[in-house]
Amino acid sequence: MKPGSRGRPWALSAPALLLFVVLLMVPLVMTFILSFHSFSFYGGIAPTFSLENYAEVLGDSYFYEIFGRTFAIALATTVICAVVGLPQAYFLSRMRPFWRSVMILVVLGPLLISVVVRTLGWAILLGNKGVINTALRDIGLITSPIRMMYTSGGIVLALVHVMVPFMILAIWAALQRQDPATEAAAESLGARPFTIFRRIVLPQAMPGVLSGSLIVFSLSASAFATPAILGGRRVKVVSTTVYDEFLNTLNWPLGAAIAILLLVSVLTIMLAWNKLVEKRFAGVFE
Amino acid sequence: MPFLELSGLTKRFGDVTAVDDFSLAVEKGEFVSLLGPSGCGKTTTLQMIAGFEQPSSGHITLNGRRLDEVPARQRGLGIVFQTYALFPHMTVEENVAFGLEMRGIGRQDRKRKVAAALDLVHLSNLSARYPRAMSGGQRQRVALARALVIEPELLLLDEPLSNLDAKLREEMQLELRRIQQEAGVTTLLVTHDQNEAMALSDRVAVMHHGRLMQEETPFHVYENPKSSFISTFLGKTNSLAATVVKTDEAGSVLACNGMELKGPAAHHLPGPVTLSLRPERIEIVEENEAVLSGTVIERIFLGDQWLFRIETPLGPLLVVRRNRGLREPEHGEAVHLAWTPEHLRVLPAEEGAA
Amino acid sequence: MRHNGPFAKIFSVVFAAFMLAPLVVVIGVSFTPEGFLEFPPSAISLRWFRAILDNPDFIEAAWISLKLGVASATVSSVLAVPAALAIGRGRFAGRDALQALFLSPLTVPTVVLGIAFLRFLTVFGANGTFAGLMFCHAIIIMPFILRLVLASVTGLDRSTEQAAVSLGASDWTVFRRVTLPAILPGVIGGWVLAFITSFDELTVTVFIVSPTTTTLPVRLFSHITQTTDPLVASISTVAILFTVGLMFLVDRIYGLDRLLIGEGSR
Repeated sequence: MKPGSRGRPWALSAPALLLFVVLLMVPLVMTFILSFHSFSFYGGIAPTFSLENYAEVLGDSYFYEIFGRTFAIALATTVICAVVGLPQAYFLSRMRPFWRSVMILVVLGPLLISVVVRTLGWAILLGNKGVINTALRDIGLITSPIRMMYTSGGIVLALVHVMVPFMILAIWAALQRQDPATEAAAESLGARPFTIFRRIVLPQAMPGVLSGSLIVFSLSASAFATPAILGGRRVKVVSTTVYDEFLNTLNWPLGAAIAILLLVSVLTIMLAWNKLVEKRFAGVFE
Repeated sequence: MPFLELSGLTKRFGDVTAVDDFSLAVEKGEFVSLLGPSGCGKTTTLQMIAGFEQPSSGHITLNGRRLDEVPARQRGLGIVFQTYALFPHMTVEENVAFGLEMRGIGRQDRKRKVAAALDLVHLSNLSARYPRAMSGGQRQRVALARALVIEPELLLLDEPLSNLDAKLREEMQLELRRIQQEAGVTTLLVTHDQNEAMALSDRVAVMHHGRLMQEETPFHVYENPKSSFISTFLGKTNSLAATVVKTDEAGSVLACNGMELKGPAAHHLPGPVTLSLRPERIEIVEENEAVLSGTVIERIFLGDQWLFRIETPLGPLLVVRRNRGLREPEHGEAVHLAWTPEHLRVLPAEEGAA
Repeated sequence: MRHNGPFAKIFSVVFAAFMLAPLVVVIGVSFTPEGFLEFPPSAISLRWFRAILDNPDFIEAAWISLKLGVASATVSSVLAVPAALAIGRGRFAGRDALQALFLSPLTVPTVVLGIAFLRFLTVFGANGTFAGLMFCHAIIIMPFILRLVLASVTGLDRSTEQAAVSLGASDWTVFRRVTLPAILPGVIGGWVLAFITSFDELTVTVFIVSPTTTTLPVRLFSHITQTTDPLVASISTVAILFTVGLMFLVDRIYGLDRLLIGEGSR
């Protein structure tokens, strides 16, 4: 911009950088160190350096179950979001402007409403005496309530509600980049609507599906409010386990080790996924 | 001493030399164009004069004052940007007044000067509009008024007409020339459009690969291009590879594609050269006057003129004829062509191919 | 452009019902006159809205959330705007790393952020303080502001600033008179999005609040995990209405479509 402005970008970023270094990087490093400390119920946290917390987590099938459940829930949520989000994003792109605005509000508006509030809605819907069970019993379809609260299925359902907007946003962005004339071209060559969707739209939307999946998976794997409210102590996932270790058991080092393992596994999956996507779709992204 | 002097201006970006030892002198009140294809370094040169880029070496002197150490905002130049760069949240009047405000000029004076500037560009009635609500040509005028109102010593125009459609562009060329002369401001225009450069400027400086190729009046550059690059860049031309067989004061003999052609006296030693022959200099004549014969392989009607492509022993030649409302040769017809030897330009052989 | 067939229409309606269902039941339940969750309500009553007034805990929590949202969104904006100007234009060594760092709160699991903040604040004795909460929130919401401001900055015509400079404006004047007005919609949009994110944040906040700084989502969360009564529904309804009001406001200023979809969506 001006002679001698080489340091300028850094000067402009310095305040934000300072905040992030002091209050993000330092705490993360401290947490990493904490995960090597030991804990006893009476002595509290001792600044030792050992792998005992990791050994405890990795040597106990209880934790395997929790990690397994967490990633299963995240995977199921991601798949459902993709299967539902893809056609919905496509339909959205073909709506008349007025209905599109309405639908965008309906689809994306909930993003702005607290997850606690939305999960409360699902708790009311899914409970044994909840709206769905009551309605089903009233019309005589069931005699005893279907258990949906405190199940993985219930958590997935509510998580889909929370996450599907992100998926639609990502696919929508990919569809926006598509030249609408490509569909017309396919039609002029004799393709039926479903063929157009499968052969023309789907391949172009795929980068959006994949990047949306990445977001949905990582957010679902670390979701807290929804599994905490709908799963309680009975259906524990990694984040609720960490919460219990920190705020109930007070075994911070163990909680930190679990959290670090969550961080590492989520980052690993994301990086691997990114690599895969880049390799497969190198040509589609400009 | 010239009013604006660029001497040995060089700009390197890493390994790339964008502007290479560029020197140019502009007299007060003159209108000079920097003409060249995109990537030739003309915009970088303008950015260095404006102070947005720092030269790697060389100097810029304006009215006896070295600009090297002067920050962009104190150079006091009027600049019209390619995108016009109007402030979208300010009205026309506020846009034009901005520079005066920066100079701390009082409200009354400001009003008067803005009115005069808008008058100059014929926009007085639109002073309360926002740029968004204006046409391309009007925005262009606002940008011009904003640059001129600060009474700059030098006006820099960066591809000012490239965002306008063809018809408007021609109108604005005349307008621009009028406004520049009324304001009497020394002007440097950067453009890739040879018509624009030739129509507007007193002198044209052709740039290529960061270097100055030729710098003369538009007529001179067009008629006597110094290289085959310039001859093809300015206007249409037929470029032919040839060899000088012999040359003396009376003229030269050139071998081209197995034919012997007469040419003007060449300064070149016998050896390879490039011949340039303007399509409008080739005439269609009777057989007995012909230099060579050929067949029409393409014919395009352009309204005021006809464009022919004619297959000849020299290769395909472009020929342009004014439309006189008469029948012209048709596709496949045999024609006879002639030109005066003086109209052949003998240029250094092109490095590489065509 | 072709429009949707009947299958697409039915699909969209069902999907919209799915998206709205939890919100509709929360709002519906909040109007019950009964002492338990009931949907649809047998009668319309404002009993549970009046009950909010008898629970100063929730009002206090809402007030803290409001202050926290305003303060952290403002702090974050003030930091994000210059950073976005640096990142959004010009290349410099470390630019990509810097951007990745500022967007990283989106990638790191929130529960990890929560315990990291808890650990840090505890060691330095600032846990549960309003200032601690504010700066932690400022970090979490930074990516939202940065993305919107970055979109504005990259959409900015660089030559308008050069024009101002050539007319004699100083750096500060260029920023104040030309750059800021041009990116202002993005800054406001980012601020609102950040405010809402802070206002709704639970996972990080639940670790670092103290009884005196408990925010509304945390208060609601701990209430819900113990019992679900119509009171949480009526409070949630108020929160929903508040958000809808904000959305309406944003739509006027920035365009809700643009805020949600963004020129630079993820």
